[in-house]
Amino acid sequence: MYWWVTSGGRCSPAAMPHNGSVSAELAETENPAERSATPARASKPSHRRRGLTSIEALALLLIFGLTARPGLTEIFAAPAAQAWSARFVAVCVQAFPFLVLGVVLSAAISAFVPAGFFHKVVPKRTALAVPVAGVAGAVLPACECASVPVAGALVRRGVAPAAAFTFMLASPAINPIVVVSTFVAFPGNPEMVFARVAASLGAAIAIGWLWARLGKTEWLNLPKHHHHDDGKWAAFWSAIRHDFLHAGGYLVIGAAIAASLNTLVPETWLQPIADNPVLGVLALAVLAVLVSICSESDAFVAASLTQFSPTAKLAFMVVGPFIDVKLAAMQAGTFGRRFALRFAPTAFVAAVLAAVLMGALLL
Amino acid sequence: MRRDAQAVILLLVGGGMLRLAWTGDYLNYVKPYAFWLIVPAGVILLAVAAITGWNVFRAKREADDGHGHGEPKVAWLLLAPVVGMLLVAPDALGSYEAERTGTVIGAEENRSNYPDLPDDVDPVPITLLDYAARAIFDEGETLEGHRIQLRGFILYEGDEPQLARMVVSCCAADARPVKIGFDGDVPANLEQDRWVEVVGVYTPRQGRDEINGELVPYIEVESMTNIPTPDNEYQ
Repeated sequence: MYWWVTSGGRCSPAAMPHNGSVSAELAETENPAERSATPARASKPSHRRRGLTSIEALALLLIFGLTARPGLTEIFAAPAAQAWSARFVAVCVQAFPFLVLGVVLSAAISAFVPAGFFHKVVPKRTALAVPVAGVAGAVLPACECASVPVAGALVRRGVAPAAAFTFMLASPAINPIVVVSTFVAFPGNPEMVFARVAASLGAAIAIGWLWARLGKTEWLNLPKHHHHDDGKWAAFWSAIRHDFLHAGGYLVIGAAIAASLNTLVPETWLQPIADNPVLGVLALAVLAVLVSICSESDAFVAASLTQFSPTAKLAFMVVGPFIDVKLAAMQAGTFGRRFALRFAPTAFVAAVLAAVLMGALLL
Repeated sequence: MRRDAQAVILLLVGGGMLRLAWTGDYLNYVKPYAFWLIVPAGVILLAVAAITGWNVFRAKREADDGHGHGEPKVAWLLLAPVVGMLLVAPDALGSYEAERTGTVIGAEENRSNYPDLPDDVDPVPITLLDYAARAIFDEGETLEGHRIQLRGFILYEGDEPQLARMVVSCCAADARPVKIGFDGDVPANLEQDRWVEVVGVYTPRQGRDEINGELVPYIEVESMTNIPTPDNEYQ
């Protein structure tokens, strides 16, 4: 059997990271009750007080969904609803494969890589481990949906959180696919590619060092994968199941927000902002957070925002892979809300500063 | 959430993705290459669902009730894309979006090379974005002397019909239109959203998009024929 134990060591099935804000007392009072209730349920054949179980709720929802289908298609026949749901489904369908890749990698790290491995490979001194992790990020050719669960697995496997976060930020920003797509999106403009890589790597390393100095482990609320007797493969599959359901749920929130903004915010609002250099940079940085495009394609979108200055486009491409609504939700799910509340603004500020600096130097 | 419910959700998400790949509807949402991402991901999810289901079945036989260990409630939200993929199945983005978004031509501004069009093909089929880029940023030099074939849907900007196509760089969430105006004899009463194949020649006439002020190239229409909606509505 598997238990998901929080890093605090409490055996608290309900204290999942997404409800990390649930106070400790609440978690402690709730969970023993739940655990003691479970064997009682199993032993008693008649359990009248049992509520609707999730499988029954799911069955009801499915039946409802199938019978209500004509009604659903009618509601979603309106052009705005069609456009919204097409965008929503599109973000999900595009992101799920990368999420699966990420959770498979992270499950493999959790299940098959011996705990001591990263101690040998990653430099002992955090100050050194951070830049190594940043450069290592160039190896994982996946978007940010994959790097969040992988970073979670690295922390669980004993990698210094500072190094894991640098890896998480750098990997989607500077991997080969992203570099090539940026090169293609800005033809005849290689300094844009260089500025993007330099700004992203610099900001990622800066955040790693900042975490090493100021970060506190208690901000992290990381579910720990414990397995007892079923072996490594069982742990592997179990971790995929858990991480996908978990991060996938948060991805859905992000997809819904991104679809709403893309559908509801008229493009004409952008025009006057683009003419102001400072506002332009800030506007595209905020836009990157809101629209949550994956890092493989954000270069094309940035290139199409022609009204804006090159530095503003650079900010769009540096901020996007660092932090956006979809990522913030996933980070809150993987590392806990207390972490996400501090990490998201820091990542945003660091990315904007790095982009402005590189823009001033190179563009 | 109990583990048997988790297995069902994994099954639905993985099955939904494989169904999109099987029916070809995935082209409404993502680029064609994504087929090779969706299929393995769907298969992996089905495998996880099967293994979870088997474990629950085995655990039941061993008198364990298979109760979930406080698994993520947020996983319920995964039913939303399942509903989207299997029940709503929205169409590809089209004229509704194109009416509200400026033409995307700016992305091509820095393009440096415009390879010559083939001389032995007539008319030459090219994408709307390629036509617009050649017409605006290369003053149509490589378009002169060729008959061009464009495929897109009809869009109205005010009273004026245009040819439009959505351009997707990653997935449909970033779809933006490219628009081309008609010059010459245009059939009257063109139906909005109707897919057409236009054969024509380059004209230096240009207009401006009302929404973002970008240049809109024109094409001198020789013929216009209705065509069925293509499998991949994006370019």
